[in-house]
This record gives sequence, structure tokens and C-alpha cells, in this order.
Amino acid sequence: MEVSLPTPAQAGPQAGRVSRFVREVRRYPLIPITILIVVLIIPAIFAPWIAPYHPIDDGGLPNRLKPPVWAEGGTWDHVLGTDKQGRDILSRIIHGAKYVLMVSLSVIFVSGIIGVSLGLIAGYFGGWIDNLIMRGVDVFLAIPAILLALALVTSRGPSFGVVIFVICFILWSRYARQVRGEVLTIKNQDFVARARVVGASHFRVIVRHILPNVFNTIIVLATLQVGFVILLEAILSFLGAGIPRPTPAWGLLVSEGRELVISGKGWQLSLFPGVAIVLVVLSFNLLGDWLRDRLDPKQRNL
Amino acid sequence: MTARNESAMSEPQQDVPNPNLSRREMGVGDVILQVRGLRTWFYTRAGIVKAVDGIDFDLRQGETLGIVGESGCGKSMTARSLLRLVPRPAGRIVSGQILLEGEDLVTKSEEEMRQVRGKRISMILQDPQTSLNPLYTIGNQLREALGQAHRGNSKSMVRRAIDALRSVNVAAPERRLHDYPHQMSGGMKQRVVGAIAISCEPSVIIADEPTTALDVTIQLQYLRLLKEIQENTGLAIIFITHDFGVVARMCDRVAVMYAGRIVEQGPVRELFNNPSHPYTEALMASVPKLEERVEWLYSIEGQPPLLRDLPPGCRFAPRCPEAREQCLAEYPSSHRLSPEHTAHCWRLDTSWQ
Repeated sequence: MEVSLPTPAQAGPQAGRVSRFVREVRRYPLIPITILIVVLIIPAIFAPWIAPYHPIDDGGLPNRLKPPVWAEGGTWDHVLGTDKQGRDILSRIIHGAKYVLMVSLSVIFVSGIIGVSLGLIAGYFGGWIDNLIMRGVDVFLAIPAILLALALVTSRGPSFGVVIFVICFILWSRYARQVRGEVLTIKNQDFVARARVVGASHFRVIVRHILPNVFNTIIVLATLQVGFVILLEAILSFLGAGIPRPTPAWGLLVSEGRELVISGKGWQLSLFPGVAIVLVVLSFNLLGDWLRDRLDPKQRNL
Repeated sequence: MTARNESAMSEPQQDVPNPNLSRREMGVGDVILQVRGLRTWFYTRAGIVKAVDGIDFDLRQGETLGIVGESGCGKSMTARSLLRLVPRPAGRIVSGQILLEGEDLVTKSEEEMRQVRGKRISMILQDPQTSLNPLYTIGNQLREALGQAHRGNSKSMVRRAIDALRSVNVAAPERRLHDYPHQMSGGMKQRVVGAIAISCEPSVIIADEPTTALDVTIQLQYLRLLKEIQENTGLAIIFITHDFGVVARMCDRVAVMYAGRIVEQGPVRELFNNPSHPYTEALMASVPKLEERVEWLYSIEGQPPLLRDLPPGCRFAPRCPEAREQCLAEYPSSHRLSPEHTAHCWRLDTSWQ
């Protein structure tokens, strides 16, 4: 018999590739990612095609307050039941995902850009600029967001823009504070001095040498913030200071069912959008934790 | 004490060597850097910290000037002041002149200073581990330095970067360009930092304790490399250290700093043979000697003064074994021991006896 050394090597690539693939995949937080894709991203993009009914059009009186399919009287026509106007709850949740995603992305970007730039400037230049910006941060952190939102809504009327404005208003200061702290340690490292020694401008030092070094922190913070943004948007919508009716925003869906929860007739109205919020926020938080561990320079072995 | 009082009381300017005179006398090379009465102060909540408080020195082409002194005596801040990179906003150059080839750097705008940094004065920082940005390849960081001085296409930049690495004896520079700092050893990194510093062909390099973070075998190698570069290019080097062995090996002249001032300066040999300031004597005495067996190593009694609360007289007086009343009252003026050797000490004054 020939020397059978090649055998494992021949069988190897196939099995090896599969197991390597499995190992590779298991390094990622699969559960939160799957939940986000299924509950948030696919519905947000494909809502018109996958939602069984129109989210806003009346379903007709006979269809009012249908319970979900597994409860008594439920049908497969309306898997999660219907609301007071006979609208399919599942369809409304699916369409609502789009607003969740839009609000959180735009808020994260806008407040991130404002907060990160101000944090970089405050940390890098120090002195009175730092004082000015950081006292600003303190002021903004002291403003009660919900009251501000209610005040704005009563004066301007509820709109998508107001929601984004209010949430950005609160959020930028967190970025500024975190980034400033990081910059304070990074700017004293020798590579910053070295860049200055060879004649780099302040702008160049900030953009090329400091910003990339705080980027990990920004990504982690942004991911952890998404959950907070979604919650805040839901709270504002619940209070009527958020996205105006009849848009199927998730917070609004929860709020629409609130009298019926007490009477016990329409618990499905509030429960399912609530579950969607919990799942998405939880997933974002898990993802953020994972990213934080992953991007921690002490644990990084590139 | 107010700043005005302080400076009025101790203006040792009249004895500063005339640069034109010393050039003719010495003939080592042209004076390219003259520092006159440089003061860099930090305005903190606790008071004014006088990190550099009126120092004068000259630097000639091709020469190495050592600046020695204990930690916190203002060596590094002197170096940073020369590049106008004093940490802001607390730090400020309050007075003095830094004349680089006759141009005063103190009065230059930030934009003009950027044309000086790297191209005419450069600096090697203490810690190679943090002197390179961990996120970029060293080729990238070399090109950043080169890009400030030269315009050129990327191909010629790469060639210049490779040349710079070759000049500091990095093996296989073409491949090393693509390495990240963490893939290199400390000695290698410090050589790369050196390559970045000399890449734009400055006339002055400030080396701020460049070998402190390296292990002893690499230190010697690095010092030799610096010497070699100096011989090839005619660089003037300001070498900041607290190691007298390195001073003896590297420097032509030494300036001894204490509490923000230069207390003694002169040619290495003269200063070593004839230390004239008690602080210099004490520093040399505290270098352990191999051939002697002693119970106790010598150390200087007491602590250096707080730079925000300096004594009115000689700053070393509280620790000086020979201090008299006049030392505590007034700062001594400069005394010339030889054409090149000066010291600030009352002992050298005619009134001492």
C-alpha cells in the first residue's frame, strides 16, 4: 500500500473549508444580526412587497380587532390580528420598520457628525474653545428632551423633521463628550507631535492622525446609540410628539392600543409593535457590546 | 514675584558670546542657530511655571550640542520651543529670540513655521513605540513627511522614501515600506523615526533622548548611525539626554540645565575636566564609577525647585553645599572660564573671596 499521507490532505480542503467557514461565521454575533435583518432591514426595504395589506387603508368594520391567528377567533388572513379600523397589524409593523431605520440612521449621522467634530475641536485645541464646547454639552445634557419635543410639537405640529431635530439635539453631546476624552489621551502621543514636527497642519493632524484613532469608539458608541434612538422615537411617538398619525411608526402603534390593553379586547395592538421594539433595541445593544469587545485595541490581534 | 522683577534681576545677556566673534575664533562651522533669552512659561491655575527661563546658546553647522539635566529641568520644553510646538494653550514663549540662519522663529506665523518644521529643523522624539501612528504603514508616514516638503508624483515619493530608509540602514527598504509599526522592533522603529526626521534634509535635528527607550546594544548602534548621518550631511544636532556617557560619545559641546536655565556650557572636554558650577560637579559625581567600590552612591541632596515657585537667587543655592547669602539673594551672572566655557555661579565672581 502506498503511503497514505496525502489522503487527509485530499479530503482536507473540502472539510477544512466548511469547518473554517463555520468557525469564521461563529465569530460573529449571529442572533442579533439575524433578528435585525429579519425584523428591521428586510421589512424596511421590501415592505410594499412582503406586507400582506396596505398599512393605512381601512380594512372595513367587519375586520375590526381580530385577534392573532393562534388566539380564539383568529384567522390566517391576519396573522397578528387587526386594529380598531381593521388594519392588519403585521402589515403596519412591517411598514413601520422603514421609519425606525430612517429616523435612527439620520439621527446617528447628523448628531455623530456634529458631536464628533465638536469633540475633536474641544479635545485638540483645549483652552477656552474646550470650555465653551463642553459647557455647551453640559447645557444640552440638562435640557429635558421630552419636554422640548412636546413644546416643539405644540408650536410647529408633529413631523418627521421635529423628531430628528429633537433626538439629534440630545445625542450630539454624548459623542462630543466621549470623543473629547479620547482625543485628550491621543493628542499627547508622540506620533501627533511627530506629525507636527514634520510640518503637518492642525487640520491634517486632526483628520489624519486623531480621527482614525477614535473611529472605533465612534462606531461602538453609534451602535449602542441606535437602540436609544429607537426607544426615544417610540416614546415621542407614543406621547404624540413624534411622527404624526397615521404613519405606522412603532411607538405610535403601541400608543394606539393603549386603551384597549386595559379593556383586554385588543392586547395585540400594543404587544406586537412593543415586541418588535424590544427585539431591535436589544439586538443593537448586543451588537454594540460585541463591537466594543472586538474593536478594543487590547484584544485586537491583527 | 512678578515676571518683570525676575527678568530685570537676572539678565545675564552681556556676557553672551558674540556669534561673529566665536565663529572666527572657532572656525568649526557657521552658527546656524542662535537662541537668546528664550523663555517658555506655562500659565496654569497654580501659577506660572517657568519651564524655560532665559536660556542662550549657539549651534554651529555640523556640531552636536548636548543638553543635560535632570528630569523636569526644561530640556524637552527647550526642544519644543525651538520648533514652536509648546503645548497650548497653557504654554507660551514669552520672550527671547530663536534665530535660525538669522531669521527669528519666535515672530513667525504658524503658517511660516510649518515651512520650517521638518524642512529646516526636525526632531526625533523619545519613544519610538508611540512616535509612529499605529494605523498607517511606515511608507505612508514617510510620504507624509516628504509631501510637506516636496511636490512630486507618487513614484518619486516612493523612491525618496526608500532612500530615506536606506540612509538609516533599514534592510530591504522596499518591503519595509508596507509594514505597520507594530510589525517592527523598537530599534527599527526608532530608525524609521530618524528617517522621517531627516527625510526633508533639515539643517538642525533635535534628538530628545532618542535612545532612552532602546535597549543598550541598540543604543550604541543608533548613536553611531546618528554620527554617520551627521558626517554625511553636515547636520547640526541638539542632543537632549541625561546620560553623561552619551554626551561624551556624541557631543562637541554641552549645556547643563537646571530649573529652566543653562547653568554651565562649554566644550565637552573642558566641561568634564573642569566642571565649574556646583551642579555640574554634583551631576558628574553622581555618575557611578566602575573602578570604585562604594557603600553609597552619591546623590544630590534635596529636590529641584518647583518651576512655579523659584527662589530669587541662584536656583541651585538651596541644594548647594557652598551656598552663601549672596547666592540666595541674587542670580549670578555669567562668567567666562575660557572663550567657549561659561558658568553662572557666584563662586567665580571676584566678590567671592
